[in-house]
Amino acid sequence: MKQFILKRLGLSVVTVFLVAVIVFFLTHILPGNVARQYLGKGATEEDLVEFRRVFGLDRSLLAQLFGWIGDLLHGDLGESMQYRVSVKDLLLPAIGYSSKLAGVAFFLIVPISIAGGVIAAMNRGKKIDRAITVGGLSAAVIPEFVWAIVLVLTVGVTFQIFPVSAFPDEGNRSILNQIWYLILPSISLLLVLFGYIARITRAGVIEALESDYMRTAVLKGMIRRKAVSKHVLRNALLPTIAVIASQVPYLIGGLIAVEIVFNYPGFGTVLKGAVDARDYAVLQSGVIISSLVIVIFQLIADILFAVLNPRIRQKVSE
Amino acid sequence: MSDKEISALTAMSNEERRTIRRERMQLVVRNKTFRVGCSILGFWLLLSIFGDLIAPRGASDQDFEFVSVGPSFKYWFGTDANGQDVFSRVILGTRLIVVMAFSATTLGTIVGTAIGLAAGYFKGTFDMITMRLIEAISAIPVLIIALLAIAALEGRSPTLTVIVIGFVFTPNIGRTVRAAVLGEAELEYVAAARLRTERTPHILFREILPNVLPPIIVEFTVRLGYAIFAIATLSFLGAGVEYGSPNWGSQIAEGWGNIYSNIWWPTAFPALAIASLAVSVNLISDSLLEVFEL
Amino acid sequence: MSTTNTATLELRNLEVAYTVRGIDREVLRDISLSIAPGEAYGLVGESGCGKSTAAFAAMRYLPRNGKITGGAILFEGKNIVEMADDEVSSLRRSAISMVYQNPATALNPTIRVGDQVAEVFQLSGVSKSDSLEMAQAALVQVQIADPAQVMRRYAHQLSGGMAQRVVIAMALASNPRLLVMDEPTTGLDATVEAEVLDLVRELRRDTGTAVLFISHNLGVIRHMCDRVGVLYAGALVEQGATADLFNNPSHPYTVGLLRCIPRGGLHKSTDRLDTIPGTPPALGTHFDGCVFADRCALADDNCRTRLPQMVTISGAHVARCFHSDKASSMPRSIELIEYASQADVHSVHNDDTLLSINHLSKIFTQDGHKVQVINDVSFNLGFGETLGLVGESGSGKTTIAKLVLGLVSPEEGGVITLDGKGLAKTLNRRDVHDVGSMQIVFQNPDQALNRRHSVTRIVGRAVERLRGFNVSDAIDRAHELLSGMRVEASLHSARPVQLSGGLKQRVAISRAFAGSPQIVVCDEPTSALDVSVQAAILNLLVDLQKQDGVSFIFISHDLGVVRYISDRIAVLYLGRVVEFGTSQRVFNGPFHPYTEALLSSVPNIDGSIRKRIPLTGVVPSPSNPPSGCVLNPRCPRKAGSGYETLCETEEPNLTEVEPGHFMRCHIPVANLKQLQS
Repeated sequence: MKQFILKRLGLSVVTVFLVAVIVFFLTHILPGNVARQYLGKGATEEDLVEFRRVFGLDRSLLAQLFGWIGDLLHGDLGESMQYRVSVKDLLLPAIGYSSKLAGVAFFLIVPISIAGGVIAAMNRGKKIDRAITVGGLSAAVIPEFVWAIVLVLTVGVTFQIFPVSAFPDEGNRSILNQIWYLILPSISLLLVLFGYIARITRAGVIEALESDYMRTAVLKGMIRRKAVSKHVLRNALLPTIAVIASQVPYLIGGLIAVEIVFNYPGFGTVLKGAVDARDYAVLQSGVIISSLVIVIFQLIADILFAVLNPRIRQKVSE
Repeated sequence: MSDKEISALTAMSNEERRTIRRERMQLVVRNKTFRVGCSILGFWLLLSIFGDLIAPRGASDQDFEFVSVGPSFKYWFGTDANGQDVFSRVILGTRLIVVMAFSATTLGTIVGTAIGLAAGYFKGTFDMITMRLIEAISAIPVLIIALLAIAALEGRSPTLTVIVIGFVFTPNIGRTVRAAVLGEAELEYVAAARLRTERTPHILFREILPNVLPPIIVEFTVRLGYAIFAIATLSFLGAGVEYGSPNWGSQIAEGWGNIYSNIWWPTAFPALAIASLAVSVNLISDSLLEVFEL
Repeated sequence: MSTTNTATLELRNLEVAYTVRGIDREVLRDISLSIAPGEAYGLVGESGCGKSTAAFAAMRYLPRNGKITGGAILFEGKNIVEMADDEVSSLRRSAISMVYQNPATALNPTIRVGDQVAEVFQLSGVSKSDSLEMAQAALVQVQIADPAQVMRRYAHQLSGGMAQRVVIAMALASNPRLLVMDEPTTGLDATVEAEVLDLVRELRRDTGTAVLFISHNLGVIRHMCDRVGVLYAGALVEQGATADLFNNPSHPYTVGLLRCIPRGGLHKSTDRLDTIPGTPPALGTHFDGCVFADRCALADDNCRTRLPQMVTISGAHVARCFHSDKASSMPRSIELIEYASQADVHSVHNDDTLLSINHLSKIFTQDGHKVQVINDVSFNLGFGETLGLVGESGSGKTTIAKLVLGLVSPEEGGVITLDGKGLAKTLNRRDVHDVGSMQIVFQNPDQALNRRHSVTRIVGRAVERLRGFNVSDAIDRAHELLSGMRVEASLHSARPVQLSGGLKQRVAISRAFAGSPQIVVCDEPTSALDVSVQAAILNLLVDLQKQDGVSFIFISHDLGVVRYISDRIAVLYLGRVVEFGTSQRVFNGPFHPYTEALLSSVPNIDGSIRKRIPLTGVVPSPSNPPSGCVLNPRCPRKAGSGYETLCETEEPNLTEVEPGHFMRCHIPVANLKQLQS
């Protein structure tokens, strides 16, 4: 088991390294020119040289790549081109805010989606099943910002049930109130992610319901409800773990649009500002950090899957 | 029920077998979900082709007597803060997103299929390297990598956006195709083809590819829906398309600040357009999924 | 059957239908049978005849689209069709149990085996700790050697035979009065099957449980059951005491079925197999008359329009046929062809060797372990000869075929010589002629034929590549070949999915013959087929050999089939040839101890009882073979032979013990002969 975890960890490091390389080449090799892009068409040649010197862009590409990766390893994310402050100081508080939003969303999404999938599977072919599967996936292809606007328009502006911003006023920031303000943005994320997770859960439950071992349980004389809880759920929910991890990238991507609509000072809002200002230092760090989060979630999911599945557990402990 | 019994159940008389393919097509065509999806998508496709003829006003026509005025007989969907006709701009915005989404998905599908076929068939080192790269690209949120690439490249051209989205889609399609090919390559018809001295390209494209088409088609429709999703979001975020051209995402970006003053129409109609286009594609992929039993 | 006792199970005019694509299709038609307490009743039939449906109906467990449309299922006189769900559950907890095909999937993969067995006791109210003790006792009852250890395992850690023992233990845990067994040994190796069947027979003697035993294997049914019913197209066509039915079959279908099976020393050189013409009807076909009329040699207009009733043959032996008196003397569907005059052509050519294989080995890497699946295999194949490869799963039969064909390359030192010419190790380096000279017919035609291509394209493309014909000539030749294999012209444009199993295999054979091969490897070519179809395919192969003088390497686990078709036989165990000789020698002895055990484990349909030579223990993993002779931990003849130490330390060589008869055994053949007489 230890060996398995170490191996998975090694692969994760490789993945993050490759992400760094991809990101680096996207910004440095493609026919863009960071200095020119950043400073604009009016910049003089001296401005460009000075800019390149300050940000180390005058070194060879490989030197830049390894210099950058070395800095990353030391936790040095560089300096924002736009604000001339450390990227770390700019991103850390924003990430803190985003984690709150993502956390609330996650705790809303996972149980609701799994419950939806199980209900659909148990009522296979009935109207509620169609509603969950077709409705869920249809909701999932509508972008978060569209959902956010629809929600703001209806329950925010028209019916005024929920606050239309994601951030309570100063002096009113109790934890409960903060969560209350995050519910509406979380629902927009839920609407996008519900469909996939429910779909895979449903497939897993149906497979287990139709399995030979479920038949064995029923033919042992177990009543169906007990057989489902004892024999179906554990086997059925295993694949769901992997799917939830696979949805983390979409969750992070969705944060950007949702934060902007709800005017929330998170990671996404900072990134959007960086895009507008072409602040590569912030953008690069943003990508690295988000893939780090994604890779960590995948690692956790892989290990969890192996621990819960005796077949793999045995294989990896050999 | 035993496997034998099940195969006996699915076994059919010759006449029945002959009609199975036709039946499957009929099953797709008769499927209500498929029909609804096709009707909505067809509607948008028609608008994307004939939009210029239908739109009552030009994309940049401004009417300063009617600024931010709600839906009326004159302006069905009202006007925005620039005095532009929301109805016309929704219609004229169709072409861009439809063309971009189809091109990006087609690009991603072709490249992804080629990579997936090769990785699944040759296995070994090539497969290992491909899989690591695919894993790395999948570990970057599509939107963020697209934002980065678009910011890094000069200009906000739709062509670049198409290439970037096509590129970030290749891993998904590559992975799907690879998984299907891994299963197929084990089947004995591949060995049979080798035993009549077929060359590798023939085995890949003439023997294996036709058998992995169903998952590719489904993946294409799924990706198409997500391309619409991504393009709309990118243009909402001000990346990916030129300013000023009529497109739904920018329309929403420009108009949504006013919804708190209850000026909802410049935002709501393009939002509805995005939603219905994306859902129509999803309904199609959903019905295909059901009929192909994937 | 006693009339005073209520039957344990009675099916009374049972009708079951499945809804397929919105239409109800009849699966069981008016089935009536009854099983007395303690009796073993066998239900036999080919695939799709509805026998599994009958088994599950007895448990009142039908698939979502299945329903009972008429009749009654009486368990000890009570109709379970009309029972409430919890009443049925309670019956399943206490009185009726079931054992299924594929035991591995019948166990939950994420729950320990012991807990799953214990669950049965808990359901009848036993406390958790008591139930675990009882579960262990139940495992002892099914002769599991190390029950405490097996209790802690998961399903995937059990071999097929072990998993089936656990399932049987689970079924017997509730002390049932009726045990339904649905193909309980299908998919298990012959020696394992024999052990499971012995166990079932013993348990039945001890417990007196009535058994409904479902199988497609007539030999197994003959050995296990007191009475037999024959199902065809969902109808019970014949029923009687086992000996009566097998000795005096009185329905044309039963007669045909028994004649199809290669058995009792039949050989291609002297005997031709019977077939049943036509194909079984599609599920749910409606019949006005007899269900078998379309394929019956005795059918007349009466048979096609009127439904025959059961007629009594003798005592409890009944048959649903108007002509049951003529059934046993029914004309043979294919006349016996004597071609003794050509015997010379087919006698073994010891000198002019077509294919020679020397020192072939293969090592696969599996999860980082090196596994030697083939170990120093050598044999020769003569012109027009059939070499049978026999062995249980994991013996390396299929890998040898792939090595010969060049689909995988052998380790250093392996040499393959075809017609005097050394062959390249891999397919890519062989020229077109060499590739075309050796072809294969695979076991599963569904996987071997590209489902997206038409029959013409599948065969035509092979002709084009291997013969260098242009496209139109290739298509002409393909049609010629297909018609020769009796694939009608109307089916040439069809895709494989539109063909029956037998037709698919004919297409596969046509493809193998596209390049005028000298050798065709037949890898279990009939094991996916029903016996009536199998006979036709075997006849076809024999005819082709007669016409073309082609040689076959024939791989099969079915000893009857191998014996029928082979001239010489190689018996494989754990990647080694343990015995090699003429068909006659290998089947009549003296035997290698492994061959002896293998042959004795096959239940014969002629009812002769051969003393089973048990092969104890499990097949060792090729990644960790035993020292010395690989058979020694399981060898039935090692103990008391006087060669124990040698057997355990040194691997024997394949040596010629009699002219043309080779064995890999330390025990001298004279000793073996004496032990085996």
